[in-house]
This record gives sequence, C-alpha cells and structure tokens, in this order.
Amino acid sequence: MTQTQTQTYISVCRLDDIDPETGIAALVRGEAVAVFRTLDDRVFALSNFDPYGHASVLARGIVGTRGEVPFVASPLLKQPFALETGLCLDDPSVSVPTYEVDVVDGEVRIGGRRE
Amino acid sequence: MSPHLRKKVVVVGHGMVGHRFVTAAIERGLTETHDIVVFGEEPRPAYDRVALTSFFEVGAEALSFLPSGAYEDPRVTLRTGTSVVEIDTAAQTVMLADGEEMAYDELVLATGAAPFVPPVPGAELGNVFVYRTIEDLEAIREAAKTARAGAVIGGGLLGLEAANALHQLGVETHVVELAPRLMAVQVDDAGGNTLKRHIEKLGLTVHTGVMTESISPDAVVSVVDEDESGILDGKVSALKFKDVEEPLAVDMVVFSAGIRPRDALARSAGLDLAERGGVLVDEQCRSSDPHVWAVGECAAPGGKMYGLVAPGYDMAEVVADALLGGAGTFTGADMSTKLKLLGVDVASFGDAHGTTDECLELTYSDAVAGVYKKLVISEDGTRLLGGVLVGDASAYGLLRPMVASGMALPENPEELILPQSTGGGGGIQLPPEAQICSCNNVTRGEIEAAVDNGCESAADVTRTTKAGSTCGSCKVQVKKIVEDYFTAQGKTVDTSLCEHFAMTRAELFDVVLIHGYKTFDQIIEAHGTGRGCDICKPAVASILASQLNGHVLAKENRKLQDTNDAYLANLQKNGSYSVVPRIPGGEITPEGLIVIGEVAKEFGLYTKITGGQRIDMFGARMEDLPAIWKRLVDAGFESGHAYGKSLRTVKSCVGSTWCRYGVQDSVGLAIMLETRYRGLRSPHKLKGGVSGCARECAEARGKDFGVIATEKGWNLYVGGNGGAIPAHAQLLAGDLSTEDLVRYLDRFLMYYVRTADRLQRTSTWIESLDGGLDRVREVVIDDVLGLGTELEAAMATHVDGYFDEWKATIEDPEKLKRFVSFVNAPEIPDPNISFGSTRGQIVPDVADGPALVGPVSLGATIPVGAPNLEESR
Repeated sequence: MTQTQTQTYISVCRLDDIDPETGIAALVRGEAVAVFRTLDDRVFALSNFDPYGHASVLARGIVGTRGEVPFVASPLLKQPFALETGLCLDDPSVSVPTYEVDVVDGEVRIGGRRE
Repeated sequence: MSPHLRKKVVVVGHGMVGHRFVTAAIERGLTETHDIVVFGEEPRPAYDRVALTSFFEVGAEALSFLPSGAYEDPRVTLRTGTSVVEIDTAAQTVMLADGEEMAYDELVLATGAAPFVPPVPGAELGNVFVYRTIEDLEAIREAAKTARAGAVIGGGLLGLEAANALHQLGVETHVVELAPRLMAVQVDDAGGNTLKRHIEKLGLTVHTGVMTESISPDAVVSVVDEDESGILDGKVSALKFKDVEEPLAVDMVVFSAGIRPRDALARSAGLDLAERGGVLVDEQCRSSDPHVWAVGECAAPGGKMYGLVAPGYDMAEVVADALLGGAGTFTGADMSTKLKLLGVDVASFGDAHGTTDECLELTYSDAVAGVYKKLVISEDGTRLLGGVLVGDASAYGLLRPMVASGMALPENPEELILPQSTGGGGGIQLPPEAQICSCNNVTRGEIEAAVDNGCESAADVTRTTKAGSTCGSCKVQVKKIVEDYFTAQGKTVDTSLCEHFAMTRAELFDVVLIHGYKTFDQIIEAHGTGRGCDICKPAVASILASQLNGHVLAKENRKLQDTNDAYLANLQKNGSYSVVPRIPGGEITPEGLIVIGEVAKEFGLYTKITGGQRIDMFGARMEDLPAIWKRLVDAGFESGHAYGKSLRTVKSCVGSTWCRYGVQDSVGLAIMLETRYRGLRSPHKLKGGVSGCARECAEARGKDFGVIATEKGWNLYVGGNGGAIPAHAQLLAGDLSTEDLVRYLDRFLMYYVRTADRLQRTSTWIESLDGGLDRVREVVIDDVLGLGTELEAAMATHVDGYFDEWKATIEDPEKLKRFVSFVNAPEIPDPNISFGSTRGQIVPDVADGPALVGPVSLGATIPVGAPNLEESR
C-alpha cells in the first residue's frame, strides 16, 4: 500500500486504551476513524462510516474472524468488513477506506488514508 | 365469460367439510366459472371441530379456519347464522328461514351430523348437553361453574373427549357406557380395559355395561310441569341406571352417544336416503337428483356414513372435481384413528378387531405401564392388516401406512410393538406411495418431493404439503421421513451456532454450565475455533449473563456484547441511541413522568410511548448516555433493558383496583413479575402481560408469558408472540395460586433460557420441542426431568443477584471511559449525527456520506451539546 498524501502520523491514544478485539473512534483531520486492536495486538484503522447504514458507527461493532480474516461487523445491519482491506466480506464491490496506522512506544498513530 | 353466464353453486353447511369444499373449489378453479354461496347455520365460520376440546384453552379464534369471516376469493359469499329450510329440486331453489329464495345451478349439502340423544326420560331437563359446537361448550363451561359432578353418557371417542372437558373444568366426572368396554368401535376388550385403568387413575369414574334408564330432576322442582313445548322444568340431579338400585348423583349430563346424519332437508326434498340415514350418493357424491351433491357426515356414499373428517375432506375434493368435469371418485375410507384422550394415546387402524378370515393376532401388554398393543396379521404372516394401540401410540405413524400400502412385514413383526421400537420402527422403509397423512392424503414420495423442492424442515413440509396439518397424528412420522431423507442425501441439518462453534446454543449453554467457564476466551479455546463473530459472541455473552449475573460491560465481556448491549441503549439509524427507563407494569407517578419530561427536554430528545407501556427517548448521543442516566437513576429509575435480549416489560390492565370488571390485582402482579425477572438475559427478548379478567385488556396472550385472572386465581399462558408471525399464547396451567404461578413461571423461563436456540422466541421454541406444549407441561408442571428444583434455584440466584446495570455503570469510571465520541477529542460530538424536526420534535437527518469536518483543528468550531431545534429547522 502506498501513501498518496504525505501525511504525518497523528497520535490518537495509547494501545492500552483499546481493549483487545474492540474498536474506538478517533477524529483524524476532521474524519472519523475506527481503530481496532486484535488479540495479537495488531491495530487497524478504517473509516468509521458504515456505507450501508450511512452512520458513523463501525468502531462500535463486534470484532471477530471469518476463517483467518479479522473483521468487524457493523453494529447497524451486521455487514462484515475486513479489518486489513476494508472490503465487505459479503459483497466485495463495497468497501470502506482504510488508513495507515502504527504503534510507537505504546502510542497508536494514524497516518493518511490509503487509496 | 360474461357475468350473467356464470353459474351458481349453493353450499348448505359451513363446517369443516363445507369449508374444505369451498377451498378445494377455489384451488381447483371452479370459481372462475361459478359463484359460490355458502350458508352456515352456526353464528361463526367453520372451525376445527376435531380440536373442539381445546376451545377452553385456546378460544374460538384459534380454532377458526376463517378468522376474518370471509374468503379472499370475492366470488365466494359466506352467510353465517343463516339456515336453509327447504329445497325445491324441481325449481332448483333453496329457501332460507326468513323466506328468502335463492336459485342454484348446483347444490352441495354439507349439513353434517347431529348428536344422537337417546329417548331417555329427563333428557329435556336443564343442564343436559350435547358436545358438538362451540356454543355447546360455552354452555357446558357455564354449567360447570356451579356443578359438583357430571356424567358423560357414551364412552366412545367423542364421549371421552367430553369427559376430558368436564374433568378439565373441575367437575367430578363419570363416564357411562352401555357397551362392556370404552371405545367399543375402535379397540378390543383388552385395549378398552387398559384405557379404563388410565382414565380411572386420573380420578374419573368409568361405568361400563350400564344402561341409563332415566334422568331425575333436582328436588327443588316440586311440580314437574310440562309446558306446551313439552320441556320439563328443573335441572338434573341424578342418573338412574337399569338394574342398579342406587342412582348416581350428578348436576349435569353430556350426551355423547353417537351422531346421526342431518338429512331432514334432503328427506323433505324427496331425495333418496340410505337405510340407516344420510343422503344416499354415488361414487361422485351425487344424490338421486343430478344437481344435488352431499359431502361429509350428512352423506352416505354407497349407503355408509362416515363420522370422521378425513373421508369428508375426500368427498369435498371429489365433488369439486366432479363440478369441473373430473372423474374422481370416493370409494370408501381408511377409518384409522389416533388420538390423545385424557392424556392417553389411543390408536386403531385397519382391521382392528381381526375380522379377516384366519387372521393372527400379536399382542404386547404391560399392565404396570398401562400399555396395550395388538397387531392383526394375515394368515401367512406376511402382511399387517390392522391393530390397536393404547398408552403408547408412537408406532402408529409407521404401522398405519404399512397396512394401507400392503407392504411385506419384517421377519420379526413383534419388534414393531415392543417398547424399544417406539416411533421409528427400526430400519423399516415405507414405499414411496405409502400414505403418511390420511387427512390430507400425502404420501412418503410427496413428502420427499417437497424436500427436493426446497423445504428445509418438517415444518416447511407441513406448510407446503399440508401433511400433519389436520389431526397432527402423523407429525412424528413426517419429521422422521424428512430427517431420514436428508441423511440419505448426505445433507445434514447443520445446527452449528456459527463457524466457530460446532454446537447448538443449548449445547453451548450446558458446556458453559458444566465447566463453570467465566469468559469467552476460555470457552472458545476449549470448544471453538478462530476468534468468534457477531453471532457467537453475543450468544456467549447472553449465556454468561444468564448463568453468572455479572455486569455485561465488565472488562472481559464487553467485547462480546451486541450493538445495543455494548452501550446499554438502543442504537438508531443515525448512530444516536434511545433510552428507556423501566416502568414496571406501566405504573408511574406524576413525579416520575415529570422527571422523564425534564430529562428529554434538557437533552433535546424525541419522546414516544412504547407498545410495552413505557416511554422511549430518542436521539441521545452516546457520550450523553451517562449524564442522562445519572439524572434518571437519581430520580429512582433503573434500566429498562430495552436494549437487551432479556425481559422487556410485563404489561398490565388496570385490574380490580379500579376496574368494575376486574377480579384480581393485575397491576400488582405485573409489577411483581417484572421486578422479579428484570435483567434476565435470554435467547431472545421476553415480554409478559397480566390481565385482571377474561376481557384480556392487557393482551397477555400476545406475550411470551401471559397471565389472566380467574375467580379462583390465575391462568398461565405461554408462547405468545406479536410481530411478523403472531401467535396466541397457550394455556400451560389454570386457576393457579400466586405462589404456584411464580414457581411454574420460574421453571418455564429458565427452561427456555437453557434450551432455546439463539434468537428463538418462546413460540417457535415450544414448536421446536419434541411434543411441543405437552413437553413443556411435562417438564414444567409434572417435572418429569426432575429439573424443577434446579430451575427454580437458578432463577432464585438471578433474582438475588440482580443489580441495576446503569447505576453500576455510572458509578464506575472504567466503564464510563468508553462513552466518548472520539478517543482523542471527547469534547467534539459526532458531526455525522444531526437532526431535523417533525411535528415539533427532533428526527434524524439522513446522511449520504461521512460528514467531513476537517481540516479544522480539534475542538475549534464544532458546537457542543444538544442540537438546537430553532437552528436546525
């Protein structure tokens, strides 16, 4: 994945602020971003906006796995979105934007939106 | 075809068979060319007379075949409460009681039969009844209120049904039968004796081989004066039997001594009748007049009358076919029967009495268990001819089709009736043409074809083919055929919860209980794969909550909670929440109302009264929920669990405190029950209702559990449902004390919590149990599993461990941390949530895409707090 914008990374919270297998919402450059942490302490950042339900809620969904793929189920109508790619697992023509994200010294940092 | 060329079919009688004729005529297309006018004498449309006894439990509406009172096909006109008094076959007209005449092209008689009342002196007295219509049952119920003892004259099939009804109504019941045994037509002496022992064990008294000589009036009638119509005054006081000195003291009598075809109309119209009554018809059910047909109990095809519904249905189909020019014929019927009488299974099929020449009999009898089975086998031992089953009729579904299809018997036919062979019948495979459902003539092949065409379950097959939908006696067999067929195709019915757990919710519940697991991680590591999903996680969360009573937002569990439970509020379409404080029984003080009003006003919320008698406040932002609840908790409110798969409300009517009709304090009981079961996490939401009298203003029978007050206590109904598939709750037990009511409800709810599938409401859960409501009754009332104490203890643990989870949340900073709009900008409300206004209240603005508020720096320009209505207009 390449970054299309030369965005700096913005710290949003400590890794410990996110319970394993849950998400939280952060406001990054005016955009609502859902940040998820899996059991193995990997973090993923997706747009918080559910393209089906048209509401900013994905961070509140249940995190799980389908096969090996970690995903979040929208809390509105349960469509599953892969955490790594933002693709809807039931309809690959729909996806949500993903963001660069890393953890440095226990700080979760969000970078630019991936294209 | 232009309207004036349409022909007219007049149907006289709207019972089960009359109704079947109309539906058959519609289905077969007769109404394309014919208008149909149906006259029904009873005040209501056709109903399920076979299930008449359940009227006391389910009411008239549940029995009705046509609750709306009209057929959807506009070319059919139904006129109930209307009698036909004369037929003029020459003019082709019928005359109604009010003198109206109507012409017909074809006339179908479906007048049914009338109960036979033998000419016993005193049969005209008050409190002497017959057992045929809903009106008869209403009158019996009324009389039973004051009667101490009652007698049913006739120990046949219907007589035992009537005895069951009297027994249910709390009347000391005597069954009086002329023949030396009960059900003389269907069973043999040994079967009749087994049946008698069963019935006597229930507290009924059986008098066989006695003849009723007269019925004596009560002593109050000093002068038995006969008025002009010859009706005696006074009520029943005793039965006098022939050759028995001591009369039997009873306050009511029900005659159930057989039926007689209602053929008077046909007789006076000059139509040919059978020797023993009934309209004589040919194989197409055509009478001696070519435009008059007769079906059901009023008809006598080939001179023989059939008093069962299945042959009547066949005749109805034959006539509908004949009117369309078809060649279908009725050539006799399978008179096999299976029923549950007073809780005893009784079945009789084929040549039950062994009248075939040289036939052999094979019997199995267990006097202790009260089981008697007999098979009648052909002389060469190769074919089953008939049989009798009493006490355990589970083999009926297999045996009856074996007779009908004439298939070869297995080598050891005794295994068909030995106890271990119940139901399945070992590896016996019926031929595809074997008729499984005799009421609707459905074969094994047709059941399998229904599965091929997409039916996923036995219930689907029943809906599609009607197999098992009339008397229900073949349901077990239908289910088995469907399951066997699935297996044969290598198609397993997958009952896994999801890809992570290869077990049902009920199995998972037991696993968690046995191992004492406390977290999802323990459970999935030991019994699952992967890391769970939006199906198994909430299911596990619910199971843990049911068993441990912990806080759903406790650290190790909150990741499991479904959408609404995760924030203890109901997520709405725009990402805002609604808030519902508990208002037990719908009772609220003016002060309480004011608090709710103030909170809604302060936080700018939309308010609406819910269907469960409480108040819902919409449009709350997630980050405002703790502040809203702080206000509510301080005012004494607690969580209403509107967000949980848990007890919602127990709705009540105003009850005896205020109401002129109320007989019990329904509000008090509703509050007690709602308080008792609040917070109970269950497979799906649970709703209750309590009505203070039989008028049922609380609509309790539309709830998972409904309680209706009686003069003597409470009736408990279970398995009701509103929603997309409405269901009336069924009577589980009647006239209960409050203590017993609570005990049975505790058991019922815990049994449901433990064994239901995820998102299965009580109505479908009961339907899914083997044995249905009877099974629930066995477990909850009779305690056949010995689980009663355990279930009660589990409920006691729940009741004792209850706490208000919203109060606990606002007191715990750790739990409150999650109630923020943005982790890095908690002061900024979600800009994607905005509101418009309708009828003076807020409504969600619909978003098309994410609202970008950037690239502003955090916290600079976004208004904080409740939306301002003036601005958003």
